[in-house]
Amino acid sequence: MKPRFTTALLLLPAAAWFVAMLVLPLIVVFVFSFGERGPAGGYVPAFSFDNFLNLGARWTAFKNTMVLAPIGTIACLFIAYPLAYFLAIRASAKWRTMLLILVIVPFWTSILIRSYAWIFLLGGKGLPSLIAALGLGHIQLINTPFAVLVGIVYGYLPLMVFPIYVSLERLDKRLLEAASDLGAPPLNTFLTVTLPLSMPGVATGCMLVFILLMGEFLIPAMLGGGKVFFVGNALVDLFVQSRNWAFGSAVAVALVLVMLVTVTAYMRFTRRWSGGRDDISLM
Amino acid sequence: MRLYALAVYLFLYVPIGIIVLFSFNAGKAASQLQGLSVQWYGKALSNTFVVEAFQTSLTVALTSSILATVFGTMAALALQGVKGKTRALFDAMIYIAVMVPGIVIGIATLIAMVTLFDLLNPLLKTLFAHAENAPQLGLGYGSLIAAHGLFSMSLVIIIVRARIAGMDRSLIEASADLGATPFGTFRQVTLPQIFPGILAGFLLAFTFSFDDFIIAFFVAGSNTTLPIYVFSSIRRGVTPEINAIGSMVLAVSLCLLITAQSILRRGATKS
Repeated sequence: MKPRFTTALLLLPAAAWFVAMLVLPLIVVFVFSFGERGPAGGYVPAFSFDNFLNLGARWTAFKNTMVLAPIGTIACLFIAYPLAYFLAIRASAKWRTMLLILVIVPFWTSILIRSYAWIFLLGGKGLPSLIAALGLGHIQLINTPFAVLVGIVYGYLPLMVFPIYVSLERLDKRLLEAASDLGAPPLNTFLTVTLPLSMPGVATGCMLVFILLMGEFLIPAMLGGGKVFFVGNALVDLFVQSRNWAFGSAVAVALVLVMLVTVTAYMRFTRRWSGGRDDISLM
Repeated sequence: MRLYALAVYLFLYVPIGIIVLFSFNAGKAASQLQGLSVQWYGKALSNTFVVEAFQTSLTVALTSSILATVFGTMAALALQGVKGKTRALFDAMIYIAVMVPGIVIGIATLIAMVTLFDLLNPLLKTLFAHAENAPQLGLGYGSLIAAHGLFSMSLVIIIVRARIAGMDRSLIEASADLGATPFGTFRQVTLPQIFPGILAGFLLAFTFSFDDFIIAFFVAGSNTTLPIYVFSSIRRGVTPEINAIGSMVLAVSLCLLITAQSILRRGATKS
């Protein structure tokens, strides 16, 4: 029984960390979501569904998230797919690793600084002044849904490219040769061979980007200027400004529930062509 | 096709390049390049708020990533021999820790810890009734390290596990057959093979903690990390000083990432 004891000992710190920092805090949020706001903010124990019935007060935040997260995901997909295709099928083997690293690296650098770069570019003295100088009139870019969308694509593109690249790279290249030898036009080969076989990667990439977008705070905060806000921004507002922990907890619970439902539905829907493979590494 | 790839790479790197370029601006205006100088780096590094925030970020990132690497590696090693319910439970934990948005983790940690401290602090006060200063619990380094460590540890478990899965099993069996003790096998066979994974996990964990804003925003208490400082400065307006700080933050994570990547790639081609 000695190996078992060693195993338990090795797992103990991780298990304790998960319980103390993940399980218990999430239970606290769940319990608090049925409570009431204290007179000076914070939380007073209670059991009511008022917080959940009141969720409509933050409807705009939920609506924005549920509209912009899918649009952002699809925008990422359309920009990422051709690049992943280029890297996996067209790029020379010599440069492939280097080019791939160049795509992944930005994902692991500060999203704060990278969004800040777009404040700089889309702000009044950046691109809009350039456009005005070209005589194309004055346009507002920063603090619009467009700016938030640019930030989203900029932030999450690498996360979409990588899984698509992996599934295209695994694809048996002889299939493509066979298709062209048999006289299929390139577009037909793409639509009937390449695209269906890369669907697992597409499904994984979309799910990863979508999940992260649902909880996004920084990009709308930096590029939406309070006009385009997500559930994450509503949460910061509830916990930091109005200190309404009970209602804030209910919004957090609702966010996680919406995520769970959409992701489960999405996985059900995509399982057919992803073949159940959902493991993916980001390195 | 090549042109398209080039355009995407420009899209990814030009904004970063512009930040770095403008951090060398000699002029005061944030958006007009008036010659090159390193004065803003000097300004940033002599700003005590920046230096303090940098120290906090560094301490938190280093401590949380070391703890996460040690405990995560231990768990990853143990999990290879575990099946059934325990295994499923751990998989679920890792999955939840990675998938639940950082903002929810931040909020949950904040309210759980503040509630716990509100319960414990009066108790500590009575326990230390005769002491000059009764110890009081509060948000700070501890909560930052614990909250960052949660995500980091899950990351390390995932990376090290992948590494263990790709390991050559026959070597371990051979070592045991030749009479090595389990610890001897671990030290001389297993560890050298999974070490690239451990190191890459550590570097990624460090990068995550060093760059994280949203979790720290909730659990930092009165402390300020570098991303919190940058976020609140941006609210007050765009300055060349932020460009300089941003460039330094980018440089730190770029160095760590390139190291992590080359370690992982080299390890992957070897085995």
